[in-house]
Amino acid sequence: MSDTTTDTSLPVLQVSDLEIEIQSANGAFAVVSDMNLSVRAGETLCIVGESGCGKSMTALSLLRLLPDAAKIAGGKVLIDGEDFLAMNQRQVEDFRGEKIAMIFQEPLTALNPVLRIGEQIAESVRQHRKCTRREADARAVDVLRLVQMPDPERRAGQFPHELSGGMRQRAMIALALACDPKIIIADEPTTALDVTIQAQILGLISDLQKRLGTAQILITHDLGVVSEVADRVIVMYAGRKVEEASIFDLFDRPFHPYTIGLMGAVPGAGASSEAGDRLADIPGTVPPLWALPKGCAFAPRCPGASARCLEERPPFEEKRPGHWAACWEHDDAA
Amino acid sequence: MQPDRTPLLSVENLEVHFPIRAGVLQRQVGAVKAVDGVSFSLNRGETLSLVGESGCGKSTTGLALMGLVKPTGGRVQFDGQEIRGFNRAALKSYRRRMQIVFQDPFSSLNPRQRVKDIIRAPLDIHNVGTSAERDARVAELMERVGLRPDQADNFAHQFSGGQRQRIGIARALALNPDVIVCDEPVSALDVSVQAQILNLLSDLQRDLGVSYLAISHDLGVVEFISHRVAVMYLGKIVEIAPKAAIFAAPGHPYTELLMRSAPSRDPRKRHSFSASNDDIPSATKKPSGCPFHTRCPLVTAVCKTTEPALTARDDGRLVACHNR
Repeated sequence: MSDTTTDTSLPVLQVSDLEIEIQSANGAFAVVSDMNLSVRAGETLCIVGESGCGKSMTALSLLRLLPDAAKIAGGKVLIDGEDFLAMNQRQVEDFRGEKIAMIFQEPLTALNPVLRIGEQIAESVRQHRKCTRREADARAVDVLRLVQMPDPERRAGQFPHELSGGMRQRAMIALALACDPKIIIADEPTTALDVTIQAQILGLISDLQKRLGTAQILITHDLGVVSEVADRVIVMYAGRKVEEASIFDLFDRPFHPYTIGLMGAVPGAGASSEAGDRLADIPGTVPPLWALPKGCAFAPRCPGASARCLEERPPFEEKRPGHWAACWEHDDAA
Repeated sequence: MQPDRTPLLSVENLEVHFPIRAGVLQRQVGAVKAVDGVSFSLNRGETLSLVGESGCGKSTTGLALMGLVKPTGGRVQFDGQEIRGFNRAALKSYRRRMQIVFQDPFSSLNPRQRVKDIIRAPLDIHNVGTSAERDARVAELMERVGLRPDQADNFAHQFSGGQRQRIGIARALALNPDVIVCDEPVSALDVSVQAQILNLLSDLQRDLGVSYLAISHDLGVVEFISHRVAVMYLGKIVEIAPKAAIFAAPGHPYTELLMRSAPSRDPRKRHSFSASNDDIPSATKKPSGCPFHTRCPLVTAVCKTTEPALTARDDGRLVACHNR
C-alpha cells in the first residue's frame, strides 16, 4: 500500500492523439484535438481551463460517456495497458468502476434520487465482484467510513436528498471508490460546494490518495484548487493543450501567455489590493470552436502576438526541461 | 477615492422570515429566519461586501433592500428618508436611486427583448426624457460598459456571458442610481472575463461615485472590490470591518474559518485541510445561542445559551463573539 507513490512502471492511463468531434447542423467540428496525457499511480494531474476549452469532454471520453452528439474521432486510450476504445460495451462496463471511476460536479444529479446511498454503492460492488448482497452492503458501509461520512451505517440507509451537499459529495466519492479503481477522474468535484465544505472535500481527496495510491485526473477551472492538489498540470485553451508542467514549474514560471493571463486575472492573489486597483484581465473572449482562427487560437487575445501567430499554429514543444507549451515565443529567460 | 462618511443607506435590524406551513390547514409551524436582525450602513462611493456561504442570508438581504422580497421587520433609511412599508409608491422613487445587477446573466435578461429595449426599460418606466433622448442614453450606456452601440438591435442570446453581464450593468446604470446591489456579479463568469467585469465595476465607481452593496461568496472578489466587509452566518452579521483589517486579522472565529478554507495560491504553502465532516446547520433549525457554536473551536458554555451581540472593538471593527 505504501510503495505506490514511487511507481516507475507504465502509466495507468495513457492517452495519445485523442480527437473529439461534435456533430452539429453545420457539420462536424473538433472540440478536443491532439490530446496526449498520461498519469501514474499516486499522481494527481489537473486539467485546467475555462468553459468550452474541452476539459470536461476529455474527462467524459476517458469513460466513454460522451453525449450522443460527440464522438471520439481518433486516438488511443490505454487503461492499465489495455486499449479502452477498442472494447465492446460489455467490456467497457466491466472496466468502469473496476479500473476507472468518475466523480461528478453535482452529486445531486449524478446520484440516483430513488435509491438509498448504501444500495447504490452495493449495486456497483455486485456488478464487479462475486459476492453476496450482505457482503456488498458491508462494503458500502466500509467505503462510507473510508470517506469519513459521519454515522455511516445510518447514512447508508438514507436517500441523497436527505444528505447535505458535502455529505452527498462524500457519498459520490465512496461510490467511485467502491471497487478500488486504479484511476479516478474528478470533474470539478468541489465547484458546487461552499468554501468551508470545499476545504473538507479537498482534504479528503488528498488524504485518500495518500492512503490508496490511486491515479487521479482532476478537472477544474480554479487555480486555487490546482495549487492545493496537483502534481502536474495541463492548461487547455479552445480544445488544445497550451501548456503542461509540474505544479511548481507552472506556478513559478508559467510560459504560455494564456496561463500568465489566467494567473494575473484571479482577484485577491498577491498583496491586499486597494479599492480602485485594476486586475490584469485578458481582453476579448474565447473564440467559438466552430470558427477558430487560422493560427494560434489565443493570438487574437494575446498581448505578444506576432504576424506569424495569426497565420500558423505553434507546435506543442518542450520549452524547458519537463515544461511544454504551444507558443512561437522562445524562452529568452533561460 | 476616499468614500464620503455620511451614510447613504442605513439598515437597522432587517428581518426576512419565511413561514413554514404544514398540515391540511397549512398552519404556520415555524419560520426560516433567512435574515435575522441585520444592521449596517453604506456610504457614498463606498463598496460594502456581504460575504458568507449558501443560506447565510446575504442574497435575501440584497433582495429585501430592493423590495423584491418583503422584509418582515426592521428599518431602512435611504438618504435620510425612511422607506415605509415597501409598497409600490414608496419603492418607485427609491428604485430610481437603487438598482441591482443579478448573478446569472443568462436567466436575468429577457431573451425576447432587444438589448436596446432591455437597457431602455428603466428610462421608459420612470418617464425620463424624450424617446430620442432615451435612445441616445442607451448608446451612451452601451459605450460606457464596453459594448458596441451598433449591437443595440441584437437579442441577449447573441452575446457571451461577460457581454450579457455588461448589458445588466448598463441597465442598472440607466437611471444614474446612487447604489447598485451586485448579487454575485461575476460568479457565473470565467476567470478571464470575471476580471474584465470587476475592472468595469471599479472604473464606474471611480468615475460616477456610485456605491456598491456587493454580495459574494468569493473572498478573492471581496478582497478586490470592497472598502468594508460584513461576514454573515445563518442570517446574522458576525463581523464588520474595513477590508484591510479583516484580511490582515479576522476577528470572528467564523471569519477565520472562511479565510483558512480558501485554497492557497502557492503550491509550496498548501493547507492541510481536515477531511472530517463539519456541516453548516440548516436555517430552519438554527442552533441556540451563538449560531456558530456548533462549529466553533473557541466554544464555551455561554455560547450555547446566549447569543452574542455585535459590539465595537478597539480597532473599530464590530464582532459578535463572547470569546473574542
